[in-house]
Amino acid sequence: MTGAQDHPPAAGEAWARLRGLTAARIGLARSGASLATAPMLDFRLAHARARDAVHAPLDDARLAEDAAALGLPILTVDSAAADRRVYLMRPDLGRRLEAEGAATLATRAGVYDVAFVLADGLSARAVQNHAVPVLAAALPALRAEGWRIAPLAIVRQGRVAIGDAVAGALGASGAVVLIGERPGLSAPDSLGAYLTWQPRPDSTDADRNCISNIRPEGIGAADAAFKMVFLLRAMRARGVSGVSLKDESAAVAIG
Amino acid sequence: MYSATLGQQRHVFGDLKTLMAQATPLRSGDLLAAIAAPDNEARVAAQFALADLPLRRFLEEPVVPYETDAVTRLIIDGHDTAAFTPIGHLTVGGFRDFLLSDAATPEALTALAPGITPEMAAAVAKISRLQDLMVVAAKCRVTTRFRTTVGLPGRLSTRLQPNHPTDDPRGIAASILDGLLLGSGDAVIGINPASDSPQRTHTLLCLLDDIRQRLEIPVQSCVLSHVTTTLDLIRQGSPVDLVFQSIGGTEATNRGFGIDLSMLAEARDAALSLHRGGEQVMYFETGQGSALSANAHHGVDQQTLEARAYAVARHFHPFLVNTVVGFIGPEYLFDGKQIIRAGLEDHFCGKLLGLPMGCDVCYTNHAEADQDDMDTLLTLLVAAGVNFIMGVPGADDIMLGYQSTSFHDALAMRELFGRGPAPEFEAWLTEQGLRDGFGRIRPLGLPERLRRLLPAA
Repeated sequence: MTGAQDHPPAAGEAWARLRGLTAARIGLARSGASLATAPMLDFRLAHARARDAVHAPLDDARLAEDAAALGLPILTVDSAAADRRVYLMRPDLGRRLEAEGAATLATRAGVYDVAFVLADGLSARAVQNHAVPVLAAALPALRAEGWRIAPLAIVRQGRVAIGDAVAGALGASGAVVLIGERPGLSAPDSLGAYLTWQPRPDSTDADRNCISNIRPEGIGAADAAFKMVFLLRAMRARGVSGVSLKDESAAVAIG
Repeated sequence: MYSATLGQQRHVFGDLKTLMAQATPLRSGDLLAAIAAPDNEARVAAQFALADLPLRRFLEEPVVPYETDAVTRLIIDGHDTAAFTPIGHLTVGGFRDFLLSDAATPEALTALAPGITPEMAAAVAKISRLQDLMVVAAKCRVTTRFRTTVGLPGRLSTRLQPNHPTDDPRGIAASILDGLLLGSGDAVIGINPASDSPQRTHTLLCLLDDIRQRLEIPVQSCVLSHVTTTLDLIRQGSPVDLVFQSIGGTEATNRGFGIDLSMLAEARDAALSLHRGGEQVMYFETGQGSALSANAHHGVDQQTLEARAYAVARHFHPFLVNTVVGFIGPEYLFDGKQIIRAGLEDHFCGKLLGLPMGCDVCYTNHAEADQDDMDTLLTLLVAAGVNFIMGVPGADDIMLGYQSTSFHDALAMRELFGRGPAPEFEAWLTEQGLRDGFGRIRPLGLPERLRRLLPAA
């Protein structure tokens, strides 16, 4: 690649040190003022992976197989968003259950303390790869404390708030949605966990607690499960979730 | 009631906000709000009806009620009727023709700005092509000054955006060093903090101020925290150059951001009391779709509401206003085509209203867009005279998880269009030996002064 230059030349050792301080794309080789070929293609590759992550369909059969060892009945349902294009343009439909799915869940209604929901969100790969290990780490602690756990719901084309509908249909006091987060270039498979106590159709983000960036390079499955169980205990004890729970925990920490 | 008859069919629009919404070129956010035109012909019928609408009508029929919305009151009560007089007899279509005419000189447009309301600007944008939006905006001159002068003819400035997912000061300093070497940062060096903790924000403000002083760079800095955080920090003595806040076009949207107009006024007064740069101390960010996202849109289309956010900005004499056009996602702007149009509309409306407009030319990974679309929007905006754009290392913001424009993109535009950075900053770049014999940024080594930013080996 003739013409490409390190940025700037003769400072290679300094750049190696600087690159160790941030994942940002610094010190890129250039030609003229433009990016050299190699970093330009690196960027395209990262974007291609992120795009593929957004559009890859959830393999719900495989996810159900992987989740079988958790020892919960599994129900697979759809949101009201018929396909990916509709899902991306109509977030309201991704928050609602399609009629057949709602009926399926209603047949399994009972009295439960918590319902877990696995939803593809914006990265099916995230939920495919990272959700089951988080649950495997969290469930034993909850079972030991006598939590009544609802059947596990797998939702295709789901948004965070669909957990409210699922918990409502199953008769659960709490909803935990494990969902693929919006992929960034450096993290195409990041999982988020959204916890809501006594979810209602008008629950908002302020009513939820979130554990973000769950993936091997971010928050590992064991740490995420620990935080999740901690939050669930606090929610059940205080009967709330979201901003108010956060505020109280902060006050406790400072006091 | 408004109407247009096309051939045999009479198209009727119940009120002004319906007319405005249906006249808006197609975008997903208006579909999501269920206010878009039902088909293509109805959209153009609305544009015909809008073109015939007298501009005065916007002063008589607010799209959001005067009684219940502080932004509407700001627009109506603050309207400069004397400045409006030269165009007071025009329709929206006539206004478009005037703006494109040779009579609309830069001086005439500057004098006109206080007489134009956001709704008038939004309406004319709806019946304009991209070319019109560029041609008119390029005639609007808005120059602001802090330690650098931004918006002069023949200049293109950048915000250096050195974000880091954990706000690590050394990681941020590394990105700043890279950006400075590539001539970025003359609009502002601005960090989006990962946390809104006041302590963290204070640490970052001190980091930026320290770098500025040690390297003797004529720039201004900003940590983009919530205005209440910044206000508290000013009172505690933190080195605040610019006060940042996201703003929207309705009172309820701003409530969703946790602000009202009096808080912005208080923060501005506090920043002015520090006497660090000049009279322009505010940095605002906006973006189409924020009102719908906050369920605060009153049935008004997102482009009109975006223009109304500029009325809020205008009231506080900002140093910079930045429309973060593609950040919000495909449910508001679906693809590259919609993002490109929205970016040019926002720049046009802001400039027409007299604002120092910049644009974060950007997209998320779930939008149907890529860097080619950003090249297109960026080039059109620079041709239209945008005051500033973002400079993000490699265009990849590793904290916010979206793609913007890189230091290299800005240099390509400067060279393609023959634009330089702000003159004060340009002189500093020359002093550091970062410019070659043709005035281009071509760092040949790490200048001595910039070595001060290197971490200890």
